[in-house]
Amino acid sequence: MTGQESDTARAAAEATARQSYGKLVAYLAARMRDVAGAEDALADAFAAALERWPQTGVPGKPEAWLLAVARRRRVDAIRRRLTSEASRDHLRLIAEEMEARMTDEDLPDERLRLMFACAHPAIEAGVRAPLILQTILGFDAATIASAFLVSPATMGQRLVRAKARIRETGIPFRVPERAELGERLDAVLEAIYAAFAEGWSDPAGTETRSRNLATEGIWLGRLVASLMPDEPEALGLLALMLFAEARRAARRNAVGDYVPLAEQELVLWDGAMIDEAETLLRRAAAKGVVARYQLEAALQSAHTARRLTGRTDWIAIKHLYDALSVIAGSPVVSINRAVAIAEADSAAAGLSALDELGGDKRLADYQPYWAARAGLLARLGKTPEAAAAYDRAIGLERDPAVRRFLQERRAGLGRAEKA
Amino acid sequence: MRYMLLIYGNEAGMAAAPADAVTQMSSAYVSYTEALKKSGAWLAGDRLKPTQSATSVRITDGKTNVLDGPYADTKEQLAGFYMIEAEDVDAAIAWAARCPGASTGTVEVRPIWELTM
Repeated sequence: MTGQESDTARAAAEATARQSYGKLVAYLAARMRDVAGAEDALADAFAAALERWPQTGVPGKPEAWLLAVARRRRVDAIRRRLTSEASRDHLRLIAEEMEARMTDEDLPDERLRLMFACAHPAIEAGVRAPLILQTILGFDAATIASAFLVSPATMGQRLVRAKARIRETGIPFRVPERAELGERLDAVLEAIYAAFAEGWSDPAGTETRSRNLATEGIWLGRLVASLMPDEPEALGLLALMLFAEARRAARRNAVGDYVPLAEQELVLWDGAMIDEAETLLRRAAAKGVVARYQLEAALQSAHTARRLTGRTDWIAIKHLYDALSVIAGSPVVSINRAVAIAEADSAAAGLSALDELGGDKRLADYQPYWAARAGLLARLGKTPEAAAAYDRAIGLERDPAVRRFLQERRAGLGRAEKA
Repeated sequence: MRYMLLIYGNEAGMAAAPADAVTQMSSAYVSYTEALKKSGAWLAGDRLKPTQSATSVRITDGKTNVLDGPYADTKEQLAGFYMIEAEDVDAAIAWAARCPGASTGTVEVRPIWELTM
């Protein structure tokens, strides 16, 4: 096999291993009401699959393979160390039931129920996305910790605490009733989007330990959209993520420098992915309920329309941000709205929209605020203030490519007028 | 809480870096320090001279040993530090990730052992 072929084989094996692992964890956890117990039972088998399948190929019945290995590796011995006799016996019974079912039918997919348990209101909001990544996709705490920029020990403790809470509080593994579905689904979608956004902020994928969480976010988004095909926001979120992902290759040039949206080469955008996103967004809009993710996807759609029309409709974008700040206002939305105002009306109008946010203390250490400010000040010829704002943005940036880009913009200040 | 950000990097690599990369790095550090100060997190911080200027002192059995060079020979060397005030370790890690040294070497985050009165 060539290097590329073996990479492809590994990726395929890993994808199946995660798919089957997540289904088994979900099935076990939903019946035991114990996520940690289900994971323990399958951890060895999952590790063996990740190691062997890339070489041997994926077995015909991956779930049956995992379960057989889990049993062979003495599930009971592991269980004995970790939990009570009662739950060990319980697990054995479930495993037998699973094996019996798998001989003639597919295992029922309980991953949606598991996701609702992980994103339950009784679980701390910040740990929901990590919990989903671990239980559904089998990521270890260290990988998740790197992606979310916390220490592995801290992430490990948070995950353990959350799982104990699921067990001890008796958090249900079910899809909520219609009446409370909206709010609860929001929490699930928010967790998925958090995973995607962490991956999106590392476009170069330079962090070797952090996997490409953007891809995983999309995978989870597809899962939810396929399991709840009539929920417009589930479709909206998937569309939003696909629109963003479609531009990934255009965000860096050949030497790894950052390329801002307005200067991206359109041929590098993934047209098929954009088309899929457009279709999803239309399906969502047809349900007649407009909400946050659909609006954000519509914004992305407006930006990508440049590939067809050759121009960006900033007035439409401004109106979409107006709507978004009414239903889901946040500092990020306000900053983007100010940038849209600057493009649609004038730089001065954009700057005064940013000035209105000045009192928000959360923005003091927020890079995009200072970068937007610097750009508008530069356009208005306020060079010293622009330089100071660029400095602030440079000092707050994590990504070396973006830092270089901002440094170049700062170095170019005033040049345009002099020329 | 107070934290030390200890910046480790490959000295030889830095010494061999082209001039524009060095300028870019220094100006990134100026901006980073400025951002720390503006947000009220900065307590102290400086760059250290290379390890060839280091002297190590140790007293064993009443006898003083003075050695040329750093305490340990490592692939990456201590090149500088910041002492910052941060709400918690997550905030300190966020600052460490923004440090220009994190993209060329390693930034170690260590809480200061505070003396309780």
